[in-house]
Amino acid sequence: MLNYSILIEHWDMYTQGFANTLKASVLALIGSLAIGTVMAVFRIAPIRPLNWIGAAYVEFIRNIPLILIVFVFFVGLPAIGIRFDSFTAGTLGLTVYTAAFIAEVIRAGILSVPKGQMEAARSSGLTYLQAMWYIILPQAIKIVIPPMGNQFINLVKNSSVLGVIAGLDLMYFGDLISSETFVTFDVYIFVAIFYLLLTIPLSLGVGALERRLARSR
Amino acid sequence: MDFIGAYAPAHLKFLLEGFAVTLKVAFISILFSFAIGIVIGVLRYSRIPFVSHILAIGVETIRNLPLLLIIFFTYFALPEIGFKLDKFYAAILALVIFESAMLSEIVRSGLNSIEKGQIEAARSSGLTYTQTLWHIVLPQALRRMVPPIVGQFISLLKDTSLAVVIALPELMNHAQIINGRNVNYVIPIFLLVAIMYFIVNYSLSLISRRLEHKHL
Amino acid sequence: MKLKNIWRKMMGLGLVAMLSATALVGCSSETTTGSKENETKKTEKQASESTLDKIKERGKFVVGVKYDLNLFGLKNPQTGEVEGFDIDIAKGLAKKILGDENKIELKEVTSKTRIPMLNNGEIDAIIATMTITEERKKEVDFSDVYFMAGQSLLVKKDSNINGIADVNKKGVTVLTAKGSTSAQNIRAKAPEATVLEFENYAEAFTALKAGQGDALTTDNALLFGMAKQDPNFRVVDETFSEEPYGIAVRKGDKELLDVINEYLKEIKANGEYDKIYEKWIGEKPKQ
Repeated sequence: MLNYSILIEHWDMYTQGFANTLKASVLALIGSLAIGTVMAVFRIAPIRPLNWIGAAYVEFIRNIPLILIVFVFFVGLPAIGIRFDSFTAGTLGLTVYTAAFIAEVIRAGILSVPKGQMEAARSSGLTYLQAMWYIILPQAIKIVIPPMGNQFINLVKNSSVLGVIAGLDLMYFGDLISSETFVTFDVYIFVAIFYLLLTIPLSLGVGALERRLARSR
Repeated sequence: MDFIGAYAPAHLKFLLEGFAVTLKVAFISILFSFAIGIVIGVLRYSRIPFVSHILAIGVETIRNLPLLLIIFFTYFALPEIGFKLDKFYAAILALVIFESAMLSEIVRSGLNSIEKGQIEAARSSGLTYTQTLWHIVLPQALRRMVPPIVGQFISLLKDTSLAVVIALPELMNHAQIINGRNVNYVIPIFLLVAIMYFIVNYSLSLISRRLEHKHL
Repeated sequence: MKLKNIWRKMMGLGLVAMLSATALVGCSSETTTGSKENETKKTEKQASESTLDKIKERGKFVVGVKYDLNLFGLKNPQTGEVEGFDIDIAKGLAKKILGDENKIELKEVTSKTRIPMLNNGEIDAIIATMTITEERKKEVDFSDVYFMAGQSLLVKKDSNINGIADVNKKGVTVLTAKGSTSAQNIRAKAPEATVLEFENYAEAFTALKAGQGDALTTDNALLFGMAKQDPNFRVVDETFSEEPYGIAVRKGDKELLDVINEYLKEIKANGEYDKIYEKWIGEKPKQ
């Protein structure tokens, strides 16, 4: 059976890690929603250079490993004088990475709103940005909520890379406990349970939303 | 920043050696994940009582865990219960466990996307359930699954970099060894490594897009 | 095709286990007869299980060493060769066991991976700046001390940190590697400092260079290597622990351990040890 005394003795480390994992995930979600929305609008705005910026960002970031981006923030940027602590560097890396995926989700959502609506809004006197903000985005959001939920689940899982740069998250503390106690199996099982506490409810929520959306269609 | 020093021929060769390991690990992993993913996906689609429930629990658990944790698990925790693997196989096993779960979901939703009418028609024309699945449903579903499967392969290729934590001599590990020599190499090396991943992954996504247009 | 290999290995392991079980049973019944012939058979059989014989059989000594520590075990990306004090000791051992110092296979270990790798059977021995501790003796068997180090601090040239007292303050960040004795020592001796632990020393040193901490702590022997690599850093004079390094083998690998200890005695007697020491550390060992 599992060695619960490890969980009890190191309870503070587990909970501190859990709190930081949650914090990093939420902060990165907010940041990547902002960047992702901007990039999605860039990609479909009727301005060529913006399209290029949006496409370059999304395609480049999506095709390189997250850990590389995190390393860039942690040890790359300090080489040119920009320094963040490990938690911040990790969270920024997560934000930049996740934003590329969120941009794609939002773009798909916007494109799913019939084109005629934009034209109608524009011809009734709204600017492009107004039409986007008041007419298109609210409709797109409904469609993108389930895939956005999936991105958030990925974000929580991906936040474990903070452990590699001593980012004080759940993975870091779990790893620390295991190398201090020489116990690996049980320590990691407890880490897994903490992650599942975050991701399983999210998964169930996304599933329920998807089913509701499928019915309402 | 020292681009010239960072891009010394010996460094480039060292990075390519690392990339060869990355590609090898990714390729072996995708082969096994694909096979296992199809089996699990089909079994779950077939709704065999008990079996599909157990599989559902397994797949959902793995899909909701970080891959990094699974890598630590196969490498550090399995030996504790007597299952010993070197880092190459531990990395592959972790990737196969994780990606099989991901791919099985792609397979399952691909199968679910085939209209039920086709299955009924095939059954009423005298085919057994297995025949219908094998000859009618699976071939069509597989074609629809090509883009998400390629997407998953791209993820897998990127995720291989996480094996840097168990010092698997892949691309990230070799990049970090070079970076350790001189701070001024760090940005040029990271840039080059990013471009290496990008070229392979972007080519894959272009191929996948072309296939998508062909079939839909 | 790779999985087949795994299966083969697992089947092999199963077979090995079964064989050793039957061999043991066989032996115990044979010893009851007490004849000389059976005695020799028994030792032969037991020898065929030992790591030393496995090394001889495959003609290669597989050693876990560090790849990220200047002076002790460092992979040179220019040549692809791993070089250092530990590597020379490993080569000398290969020569002693197999008669050729090139009959050796080096595998990268970190402070965290080395014990699992040894117990996995991935490597035959650990020669990786490993401190002999009571805790670790429960996991592995150690040879005699082959290097005496002491824990210290690596800091920026212009830093005002000169000893353990200067880091035992709130707001000071000390970096080290996971699974090392240095991490436990610094926590005990500087409880006020923030300690961040990385996967290995290379990552920790990269983080220090990136300004992610005020000092890096581990054994002075390793710190000298880092300071040599990057002259922007210096090692503080004070040491605050004794770190005797030993070569680790799997528990119960007595034959291999005896050969290792014999080898260490030999090179200490014939001056070979002093030569290796001077080659890497740059001075004669203190007696």
